[in-house]
Amino acid sequence: MHVILEQIINGLTIGSFYALIALGYSMVYGVLKLINFAHGDFFTLGSYLGYTVLVFGAALLTAHFGLWGALMAALIFAGVSLAIVGLIVERVAYRPVYPAGRLPAVVSALGASIFLQNAIMVVWGPRFQAYPAALIPNVHIQLGNIHLTLLQIVILLLSFVLMGTLYYIVQKTTFGAAIRATAHDRKTASLMGININKVILFVFTLGPALGAVTGIMVGMYYRQISFTMGWNYGLKAFTASVLGGIGNIPGAMLGGLILGVLEMLGAAYISAAWKDVFVFIILILVLIFRPTGILGEKTAEKV
Amino acid sequence: MERTPLNGIGRLASSRQLHIALATAVFLIYPFLVSDYFIDIAFYFGIYTLLGLSLNIVLGEVGLFDLGHAGFYAIGAYTTAILNTKFGIPILVLLPLSALAAALFAYVVCSPIIHLQGDYLLIVTLGMGEIVRLALINNPFDLTGGPNGVFGIDFPSLGPWLVIDSSLEYYFLIWLIVGLTILGLTRLQDSRIGRAWNYIREDETAANANGIDSRSYKLLAFVLGAALAGVAGNVYASKLMCVSPESFSFWESCLMFCIVLIGGMGSIPGVIIGAAFISLFPEIFRPFAMYRMLIFGSAMMLMMMFRPGGVWPRKRGAVKYESLLEGTGRSDA
Repeated sequence: MHVILEQIINGLTIGSFYALIALGYSMVYGVLKLINFAHGDFFTLGSYLGYTVLVFGAALLTAHFGLWGALMAALIFAGVSLAIVGLIVERVAYRPVYPAGRLPAVVSALGASIFLQNAIMVVWGPRFQAYPAALIPNVHIQLGNIHLTLLQIVILLLSFVLMGTLYYIVQKTTFGAAIRATAHDRKTASLMGININKVILFVFTLGPALGAVTGIMVGMYYRQISFTMGWNYGLKAFTASVLGGIGNIPGAMLGGLILGVLEMLGAAYISAAWKDVFVFIILILVLIFRPTGILGEKTAEKV
Repeated sequence: MERTPLNGIGRLASSRQLHIALATAVFLIYPFLVSDYFIDIAFYFGIYTLLGLSLNIVLGEVGLFDLGHAGFYAIGAYTTAILNTKFGIPILVLLPLSALAAALFAYVVCSPIIHLQGDYLLIVTLGMGEIVRLALINNPFDLTGGPNGVFGIDFPSLGPWLVIDSSLEYYFLIWLIVGLTILGLTRLQDSRIGRAWNYIREDETAANANGIDSRSYKLLAFVLGAALAGVAGNVYASKLMCVSPESFSFWESCLMFCIVLIGGMGSIPGVIIGAAFISLFPEIFRPFAMYRMLIFGSAMMLMMMFRPGGVWPRKRGAVKYESLLEGTGRSDA
């Protein structure tokens, strides 16, 4: 029994990575009906920026703010930088092609993704980079039969705080209502006096920032990062957002967590090599039988 | 191009024939002027043209978002590789068999998902392509050789007197196939089937109301597109003499998607231009070394900014795009 519980906790850890990245996909899709293929690379870039802060600024930062302060500094620095990068990418790569419709935007997004990925390779080099090890004390915790690490607890706490904050903003505030209205029906929303531009800017700031924070957490969890990892995580997170109902923000969180847990359980009880196949088969089955995802509402497009 | 109405149609026809004759002549002379390296580049240009043409049927003609086309390509290549290395069946015999295998696979896989629309179809085909690749890596029944793939595939041959084993002969093989495909597809474009496809792309509800069985026509597009991708897989496998799963990644599907959109949806000359961009651009910019993919990415963005409909869009039944910002009141909408 404790094995399955441990697998579920591992799954939730990975799932919270997927969920945080999926939020970026889902918010942009909700507002613009655009699949932001560059989002996976926002995540990678955030991870590398955090890496740079932690490796080169760690001594200085730790002396002034302590270990947790240094970590916070890395998270904030990467988050803010990526918010700016997100705005630049929206301005340069997406805004000029909005009038042309969704397909040219897909090519432009792929172009932006290639650009970012190779820019990362040029700056940091093509090899794997090792994340600093002893950032968070390697403490093992025994809860009854379940074995946890402090790192996992920190990751889970941080993810749930971030998701909770976003959930609060989207579901409880006026601006959140504006975002949901825009995702539901942009035309009517703008007639009701909602400033769509603000909503677009918001999703392109917050999405990449969440991606960057996730990048640092993934770096700490797996200890190594590479410039191509954005594709893999991006694909999984995108799957997660579809699973939950694309365009739906609580759906993206739920989809990510479910995907992570299913993946870990699939790896543990079915086959580790076939776990990704398992994930995609579930995705296809969900789309065949419930195309709008788990929490998705009926969209205007006939499916 | 401006033409006076007087000599309109006659001039158009003769100039079009002239263009085709010129292009053919260039393709025939080119390999005798350059080294094997450049012949090989032109060979891959041919492979990408064939792949672009195959996806163009699905994405360009019918407007179905297919981001898993590398899966069909992989099925063709692995059918060739496995049947050739295990049973010694000649490559040219396997050419139609690979097409058939890919087409059959497309029929079985796409039947349950063909009713999905737009982005949902895109996601499902993406998942399908990934499942194929992951399955190849996991080496089911010890057939696909796992991550290393299958080695030792023969050269195509017609008995002992014609063995295709040099860059030059491969160049002519692929461009012969591309030429025949273009011939067939131009005929198809204006046929009953081609018109039905375009009708579905423009307005599926109206097409259904006019008695077009859109489900069958969409499936036909997938089956035909997959068959062509299977042919490309066959030639690719015999040229490389080995196949491995990394050649059929999600990235490959993205490239095919870009070929069709850069050229212009549903346009055959557009596909050739798109394929030229994808296959020749990284070669031309090789002196820039690690910066060339930065230039490549920027070029993709710039192209979509200045020519969102593609470099050489198809005239008849051009796709009308709906602005993503419609009704937002933004000045740039």
